[in-house]
Amino acid sequence: MRRTRRANLPPVPGHPFRDVVIAGVHNTRQARVLEGETSLTITIDAALGALDDAGLDVRDVNGVTGSLSSDLAFELGLGPVWQSASALGIPAVLEAAAQIATGVSDVVLIAAGLAGVYTERASTAPWTRPNNEFVAPYGMFTAAEFALVARRHMHLYGTTAEQMATVAATIRNNGHVNPAAIYAGRGPFSVNDILASRMVADPFHLLECAMTSEGGCAIVLARADRVPDLRHRPVYVLGGSSDRLGPSYRHAPAWDLRGRDPDGIPNGYVGRRAARRAFSTAGLTPADVDVCEFYDPFSFEIIRQFEAFEFCGEGEGGDFVMDGTIGPGGRYPVTTDGGLMSFSHGGQTSQLLQRVIRGVQQLRGTCETMQVAGAEVAMCTGGGSGALFNDVLLLGVERP
Amino acid sequence: MTTEAGRHELVPQPATIPPPVPSAHSAPYWEGTRLGELRYQRCANGHAEFDPTVICRTCGSRDLRWECSAGLGTVYSWTVVWRPQQPAFVVPYAPAIIDMDEGYQILASIVGCDVADLAVGMRVAVEFHPVAGGFVLPYFRPV
Repeated sequence: MRRTRRANLPPVPGHPFRDVVIAGVHNTRQARVLEGETSLTITIDAALGALDDAGLDVRDVNGVTGSLSSDLAFELGLGPVWQSASALGIPAVLEAAAQIATGVSDVVLIAAGLAGVYTERASTAPWTRPNNEFVAPYGMFTAAEFALVARRHMHLYGTTAEQMATVAATIRNNGHVNPAAIYAGRGPFSVNDILASRMVADPFHLLECAMTSEGGCAIVLARADRVPDLRHRPVYVLGGSSDRLGPSYRHAPAWDLRGRDPDGIPNGYVGRRAARRAFSTAGLTPADVDVCEFYDPFSFEIIRQFEAFEFCGEGEGGDFVMDGTIGPGGRYPVTTDGGLMSFSHGGQTSQLLQRVIRGVQQLRGTCETMQVAGAEVAMCTGGGSGALFNDVLLLGVERP
Repeated sequence: MTTEAGRHELVPQPATIPPPVPSAHSAPYWEGTRLGELRYQRCANGHAEFDPTVICRTCGSRDLRWECSAGLGTVYSWTVVWRPQQPAFVVPYAPAIIDMDEGYQILASIVGCDVADLAVGMRVAVEFHPVAGGFVLPYFRPV
């Protein structure tokens, strides 16, 4: 595989996560509605599933984080245990890895799950529209927030509806063939099918938007020398970081929103600083990435992320996704299980971990569908410019 | 059923939408809209700031004063929403980010034109419409 380490960015001496492995991953059943489940029942299922996948027992766990982690500590009898209500998704993975690297914990469980919360279907999901006096009265919710970012990019660079629909068709077709996806068998979708679906928030058609669903998922990280009997090939955390500009959905999501540095990276490229840091820690460049498990709340976000992470130049993301690059057999296959659009958006936070889980499955080589042959480096992401944050994580099969 | 085909004139939301829930620092802003004024803050070093803050986001000055905008600006980005946030909202509506002439940005909806006429760079002027709870919301109309 490609191993083009960048000469001017040597790997961190003594990689901090050298002894950290991702040992277990699990997705519970995902569905639009999980009848009879609560957030607690589905989170427990997720936690136990990931421990089983790792070949570990609840008594091996000495760190827990994620939604309901306090409840998990109590209900699973993990205590006394290190527990944190970390920001979910990739930040939780990085925090867990740091816990292990610094010797605080040997086995850390990250679990998330949600069920029975989104019941008032005449409105958009409650987590898409936090109350804010300067946003809520204009009927804003996530699709409109991300649309304002996409529209600005279209204005600046001429990005087209067809380019964005190509992203949606690619990801939804990945889900179409994935038996575990909620929308398995719903396709295949052409670009015209995407563009023919009803408009939600211009320029986003319905099929360019994430679904709302319910489900749980969990990840177990462990200190390699303390858990000799892992069930699966270990996957390593090569690097990762997070970019945040402020609270999601409370301030206007302008492309040019910046921190105090007038020359700083704008919100339109949130994630760039984090990606540079992650690649630096890993001693890799975008050219080393074999599979892109990018967070796909809306079609445009994939185009934006390829630019933000410097896989292509600014304004080139629309063309970048058009020639098969992101599809099956392409150079950078994207969101291979169907993502938030077709696999699941398992509640408020599960989906933030599910890109990582898919990255692990790709590197194990165990994906039933859309397995990228010989994948050695996966890039997983969370969030997006409409939400003023973007997290990145680089996973690999080689011990760093 | 409302669809995106055809012409759709953008109008203000009915007064029955959920009113804003003000915060500790926004009272002067909402007092202004009741008086037909669009207020924003300017710091001692001349930076215009919105939404309301206690520290200039550009330079860190704590010396912020309220000023009144002339209400004119340019559309920076826009969308048209066809699936409402809540049933109280009537679609279509068009939230936009406006570059105000005073040098700050505000998010508000565009009214008084057809959805097909929306464009980045469009000049707009503020107007005010009441909602429940005694609040008045700014909207923007092409000029």
